[in-house]
Amino acid sequence: MAFDSFSEFLAMGGHAPYVWSAWGVTALLLLATVWHARAEQRQLIKGLKRRARRANSARGNAQ
Amino acid sequence: MWAFIHKLGSPKWFYGISAKLQPWFWAAAALLIVTGSLWGLAFAPADYQQGNSFRIIYVHVPAAFLAQSIFIAMAVSGLVFMVWKIKVADMAAAVMAPLGAAMTFVALFSGAVWGVPTWGTWWMWDARLTSMLILLFLYLGVIALRGAFTSRDSASRAASVLAMVGVINIPIIKYSVDWWYTLHQPASFTLTSRPAMPTEMWLPLVIMVLGFYCFFIALTLMRTRSEILRREANKRWVQELVTGQVVKVPAEEAR
Repeated sequence: MAFDSFSEFLAMGGHAPYVWSAWGVTALLLLATVWHARAEQRQLIKGLKRRARRANSARGNAQ
Repeated sequence: MWAFIHKLGSPKWFYGISAKLQPWFWAAAALLIVTGSLWGLAFAPADYQQGNSFRIIYVHVPAAFLAQSIFIAMAVSGLVFMVWKIKVADMAAAVMAPLGAAMTFVALFSGAVWGVPTWGTWWMWDARLTSMLILLFLYLGVIALRGAFTSRDSASRAASVLAMVGVINIPIIKYSVDWWYTLHQPASFTLTSRPAMPTEMWLPLVIMVLGFYCFFIALTLMRTRSEILRREANKRWVQELVTGQVVKVPAEEAR
């Protein structure tokens, strides 16, 4: 452990604004890309299912 | 060999195999990034000159590595698409670009923030910094170019060409610190040679770099699968996959 206490860890020896903003932006962007990819996948599958249902009922009506 | 390439190029086959590979890469990415972060932030010793601000290296270097590697991957995918007309390569190239842009931004931002306590300035028109800024614009150009065409094939080809031409910037970034040594220090870290820093500083960095690469692979697999669903929405196998039942379609529709 490079720090003696948790508050010292947060303070980063006076470099807190630099260290935490760089790490924060990185973490935020990584999490955002994962969230976006999941939302994208869900939306696509939902849309495809809706389309399939509509196509099925249209075919049913035609017969 | 050819059979393998064509199998790899089949969206349906890729959709299946990527589903199996994906969880492994996500798990590896999570494990490596969490370990590397804890190690780098709390356990690695402070730098004797820079103090704790040096901990920015653990996000700066992996992001900068990815930013460049993703562009190369995009250019290679573009080449594969142009030469062999393999559509999956183009889909992968399309989904890589935003992550590449994000990683370039992270490298620039963390570098600027790091520059304040270390160099006394957040920006200078140094060769390394400028060529990384150009990389960001190249990514944005590739993304914009894809959106600028109504025809998908034209968009794919234009984006491929820009990626293949733009890749010339990568060696420029790499050697910029040797050719024009102004502000940014030469490479302090490579995967191939022994590091100049102590092991307890270097090891978490290796872990973070590997974690970022696993993250890139996992995300690219996941988003390529989405892109396959988007582009192949009219194919019978996609409809069967979504509805979970055999779809009867007239012969001309099935193609």
